[in-house]
Amino acid sequence: MVSSKEFIDAVWNALLRLYGEYGASRSGLALIDYDGEKGMAVVRTLRTAVEMVRAALASITKIQDKPAAIHVIKVSGTIRALYKKMKHHAADTT
Amino acid sequence: MKRIYADLHLCPNLTDTEQVARMTRRASELGYRLIAMSLLSNFAEEKIRWLQKLCKEADVDFASRVDLKPKTPKDLINSLRKLRRRFEIIAVMCESKSVARQAAKDRRVDLLNFTSLDFRRRFFDKAEAELASKGSASLEIDMKHLLTLEGSPRTKHLSSLRRETTIAKEFEVPIVISSGVSSELLVRKPRDLAALASLFDLEKTSAIEAVSKNPLSIVKRNRQKLSPNFVAPGIRIVRRGKDC
Repeated sequence: MVSSKEFIDAVWNALLRLYGEYGASRSGLALIDYDGEKGMAVVRTLRTAVEMVRAALASITKIQDKPAAIHVIKVSGTIRALYKKMKHHAADTT
Repeated sequence: MKRIYADLHLCPNLTDTEQVARMTRRASELGYRLIAMSLLSNFAEEKIRWLQKLCKEADVDFASRVDLKPKTPKDLINSLRKLRRRFEIIAVMCESKSVARQAAKDRRVDLLNFTSLDFRRRFFDKAEAELASKGSASLEIDMKHLLTLEGSPRTKHLSSLRRETTIAKEFEVPIVISSGVSSELLVRKPRDLAALASLFDLEKTSAIEAVSKNPLSIVKRNRQKLSPNFVAPGIRIVRRGKDC
């Protein structure tokens, strides 16, 4: 199982590789929530950097030398609305 | 109306039925409603039907595709003559300038794909784009290399893609973004592929069209043409019978 530190390090490294230090510094990236068992995370970013972070997440193919893929499930303006959307999403997919 | 996303270039190992099934399911889970897989030119009809059935079970539409890699323009013309009516999508992997020019001119070609990572062997220039804009060919970009390359090779590849998309936009050549991947682990959601396209300066709206509207219009156009009721562009048989 991937730890939260390994996960967020992988995301930062992807941002750095694609956009450099200047680009990565403009993302405002922070890990809000992480559930290793479910393989889900909540990541906060600046609104202007959403597509940049989305591209960085899509570019990740390995975490700690193990094959991995990260898919964006939902994007929301507030964390509260995000959890609400995630409940609906979980209900729709079961 | 909900947007429909398409990936026209999935490349699983077709001899491994489990992998084909996994890839199909993954594409469906990630939001694709239309996929196309590269088939061999001598692929049996019953295998295509099996693929269509597999995709239907996964709630995904399947379009048959063949990738042509001709050595000369004459080879390309011969292949198109034999294969155009058998496959819904024809893509040409342009490995020489003469083949690229012929493919861009020929209205039977749907997708132009430049597979080489060496910028000197990628032939999508202004002359090519002008020919493609008068025909019906679209520029296909496989995102696989952006996922598998790192560092300097990826930087150079992005530079090539940026140049080609700028030329495509200038000449209004439609762009199609496909994954081009052979492993289900490398399949990405359509919006994520569109976000990756920002790396070579393709705007968000154009990128989203490249994974939805553009590939769908190619398949729709070709299905109409391959339909038994098709006569000519704008003319189709509505009713048959003795006294219509």
